[in-house]
Amino acid sequence: MRSLFKTGAAALAAATMLSGVAYADGHGVSGPLRIFSDMSNPAPRAVMEGMVERFTAENPDVEVELVITDREAWKTQIRNVLQSGTADIVNWYAGNRMGPYVDAGLFMDISDLWEEGGLTETLASTQGSMTMDDGIWGVPYTYYQWGVYYREDIFAELGLSAPTTWEEELANCEVIVESGRACYTIGTQFLWTAGGWFDYLNMRTNGYDFHMELTAGEVEWTDPRVRATFENWATLIDMGGFIADHQSYSWQEALPFMVNGEATAYLMGNFAVAPLREAGLTDDQLGFYQFPQIDPAIEPGEDAPTDTFHIAANAENVEAAEAFLLFVASAENQTLINNGDNLGQLPVNSGSAVDDDEFLNAGFDMLSNNAGGGIAQFFDRDAPAEMAQVAMQGFQQFMVDPSTLDQVLMILEQARGRIY
Amino acid sequence: MASVTTDTPMHSSPAPRRKISQQAIAPWLFLLPAFLFFATYVLYPIIQSFYISLYEWNGLYSPQYRGIDGFTDQQCLDLGNRAGREPGCELTGDTVWNAEYVGMENYRNLYTDPFFWTSLKNNVIWLLLYFLAIPAGLMISLFLNQKVVGMRLYKSLFFFPFVLSQVVVGLVFSWFMLPGADEGLLNVILGWFGAGPVNILGNNSTATYGIIAAGLWPQTAYCMILYLTGLNAVDPEQIEAARLDGAKGPKMLWYVVLPQLWPATFIAIVVTVIGALRSFDLITIMTNGGPGFYNTSVLAFYMYDVALSEFGFRMGYGSAIAVILFLIMMVYIAGFLWKMWRDEKV
Repeated sequence: MRSLFKTGAAALAAATMLSGVAYADGHGVSGPLRIFSDMSNPAPRAVMEGMVERFTAENPDVEVELVITDREAWKTQIRNVLQSGTADIVNWYAGNRMGPYVDAGLFMDISDLWEEGGLTETLASTQGSMTMDDGIWGVPYTYYQWGVYYREDIFAELGLSAPTTWEEELANCEVIVESGRACYTIGTQFLWTAGGWFDYLNMRTNGYDFHMELTAGEVEWTDPRVRATFENWATLIDMGGFIADHQSYSWQEALPFMVNGEATAYLMGNFAVAPLREAGLTDDQLGFYQFPQIDPAIEPGEDAPTDTFHIAANAENVEAAEAFLLFVASAENQTLINNGDNLGQLPVNSGSAVDDDEFLNAGFDMLSNNAGGGIAQFFDRDAPAEMAQVAMQGFQQFMVDPSTLDQVLMILEQARGRIY
Repeated sequence: MASVTTDTPMHSSPAPRRKISQQAIAPWLFLLPAFLFFATYVLYPIIQSFYISLYEWNGLYSPQYRGIDGFTDQQCLDLGNRAGREPGCELTGDTVWNAEYVGMENYRNLYTDPFFWTSLKNNVIWLLLYFLAIPAGLMISLFLNQKVVGMRLYKSLFFFPFVLSQVVVGLVFSWFMLPGADEGLLNVILGWFGAGPVNILGNNSTATYGIIAAGLWPQTAYCMILYLTGLNAVDPEQIEAARLDGAKGPKMLWYVVLPQLWPATFIAIVVTVIGALRSFDLITIMTNGGPGFYNTSVLAFYMYDVALSEFGFRMGYGSAIAVILFLIMMVYIAGFLWKMWRDEKV
């Protein structure tokens, strides 16, 4: 996995870009192209509109009709759009999250496009998360690292440094709690934030492969190894490591605790950096470290969720859609859309350049050189929808009251028996 | 003669017959649009819910392929989601319903599902506590039914929460109940009395009551407006007569005013029951069904969450929940209809 993220494949990328262009030109694409996107926040929206503009400049015969839907609403609307046949291209996510639509035959298998367009080389790092039932079902355009964002200034004040082992982590946390702060802020009202914590604790306690087996339903939730993960979690909870009343906050509502210095760190995706900066934290105050190792023998696995484009199975203008996906996947486009002025995330194409930003560099370096275990999508994308739903409720329940662990594990195990 | 006798009834009979048929048809013609909408958007979905509750279905229809170039339709069907890749198969433009018949399985699963029982229990709590809106609405309406300068303004202020969207009500109350000691207004007020900060919405044993409190705010306003209109219809002569007989205060209210308010009370009961049973938006906004496993969920929320939400792909199971909720509501609706029918007959 490590080698897949290696940079410096410029030559390869250049060759691929040429072949990509040739592929698109060879078909002489024209006609209407209907794109349904969930890039609704201001910056992503501008990125999406910019991509369409540049694509139309290159392919003047294609008339793009772009519909941008609210990101949260899209999670339920995609079903209707895919079934009604009104879309050629849609936005979605990699991993198991595609499962229902792949199973129902609503996404088009674009394995051929990956072969002919050279994507199997340039996008190799995410090919696994786009593959299901021997087919490849979409094209990724961005991903972002997860990790611990922390208050460097408070750490310095307390004489602490970023932890690399679990012992250091707990020792740090003890000092932080003694100073009257919480080690971590978190808002679990919408559940998925707790999923991130479970991902990391489980990947550090039992390893990436075990985590994948668990999310694939091959391991019992009552397994002692799962229990060990929760026990590590309980250690942090019991020592007052997390802010109180987290079940009443969204992830944004949990940000002020870190900005005000009531909590010193946040386990979050890189998208948290922008609001933290806007809230007034400078890059001197803000730092990033990889989630510390728990078992030194285990290679670290990392969460890096990938966002994707797909062609609907009943698309009417397949050739234009394929040309657009190749355009999206190109190294040049991915460099542009992921830079700090646009998405501020990491490009998937191995030929793309990462924008010169402290946190993007740190994340890219971590994912390229220090994620030997493997790259996971995220709990709610690796596990099937129904399991994700009930499991994340269980995580929240456990965080509120760790003594309910037995009940939580029993309910999750029952759900596993029903779902897989 | 014969021609006259046969002619007369022929001339006279069509006119009254046409008159009768016009009278018979006209109401139906006026009812027809409403009935069509009712059938399309109410009756048909109800029947469909019963039907779907017998199936296991993820809510998706698969596109259908037909065979070309020597492929048979069956071969394309067997390919499943790989048919799109096969040149021998092309889209027909139709879709297939990929549900699996499971009979009463969904209902049996409901019976052993702890979350279903949590939701049902919460529904009962909602139903019982929501009735507080009726006496509260009556009190406020009696208080507001006076001739004082600026009373219209006070009335509007009391009616105001009913005009607000439930989502806004939910947001306002969740801010009011924010957990930190200096965040939510409630905890600030408690702080003045030296009481510690409470996290009502984050605590399994109090969260549901916190949401119901929020729901009672607009519901009380609703009952109040019903009683205010009811009070307008109270016969002043009866009040006068009762006053001459020496009735006042609670006795006047109980024996003279309340009986005349019975129609308003009846409507208030009906809207309160229905309001309690379909409570959904407040729960979504204030706790999202949590904390933990559906601790503040009610049947409507649970149905939405398993069938229609971000991770909800269990249409059959959701339909089964909807059917149960429908049957519970039916008890009240049937009672309501029976009462109306009896009143009309008198």
